[in-house]
Amino acid sequence: MPAMTVVQIIFVVTAIITFLAAIMVVASPNLIHSALWLVLTLGGVAVVFLLLEAAFLAVVQVAIYIGAIAILVIFAVMLTRQVSTGLASQVNRTWWLAAPAAVILFAGLILLFSQVAGFQGLAEPLVKEPGTLVVDLGRALVDAQGYVLPFEVASVLLLAAMIGAIVIALPPAPVVEEKST
Amino acid sequence: MIPLSWYLVLAAAIFCVGLYGALARRNAVAILMGIELMLNAVNINLIAFWRYLNPGSMGGQVFAIIVFAVAASEAAVGLALIISIYRRRSTVAADELNLLKW
Repeated sequence: MPAMTVVQIIFVVTAIITFLAAIMVVASPNLIHSALWLVLTLGGVAVVFLLLEAAFLAVVQVAIYIGAIAILVIFAVMLTRQVSTGLASQVNRTWWLAAPAAVILFAGLILLFSQVAGFQGLAEPLVKEPGTLVVDLGRALVDAQGYVLPFEVASVLLLAAMIGAIVIALPPAPVVEEKST
Repeated sequence: MIPLSWYLVLAAAIFCVGLYGALARRNAVAILMGIELMLNAVNINLIAFWRYLNPGSMGGQVFAIIVFAVAASEAAVGLALIISIYRRRSTVAADELNLLKW
């Protein structure tokens, strides 16, 4: 085996940490621990984005996933704590079916990926300056010839999800008001 | 340099771990965490294919940003649903929420 370069060593270490943390997310019986392992997994994915030279997405990953979604999950775990920790079993009755299904899917995915042209290929060096990538991305997002429509649809989706989440999570109406119905 | 295959194998592994979590866990919050893992694996794949096969166009990164937006919406609505269910039924175990099961 040829000696690995520094980048390869960084990738392998990151990949192992990320994978083990992902295993702990689904295996940990304590949901708070699960959520903290999820934070580690998301951080590992951010490092993978950096290795792929998508610096903006790595920042977005840290800001949105670790900063918002993981905190939201931890809040949800704490708000439902009594029942979360009181469950007799953390897995359902058919978990033994889910495990081989996941393994078979993994084998199938690898088989499928190996058909991709350039599966073993290396990346060509980026032609542009790294800084111009962010400029290009920003322009593509608001360019009428680019992706302005998906971008606007995503913003409307976020707004709808925000309003929906507020409405759904409202406390149930007090009993007194039910007389009028 | 890192071959494309390494990223794809990592993404497939995380996706399958997330799938197991979504299928096997009883707690609804844990199921959501499994789904987040799967979305992250998809994002790794999108960015890896963008970097290795088509770095000239920004389509891959835009797709990943759309996935971020969808994941944020999904987490917000999903956790609101879980809290609402918890208030009314005092449980978050997915297999006890069988009101709509025929």
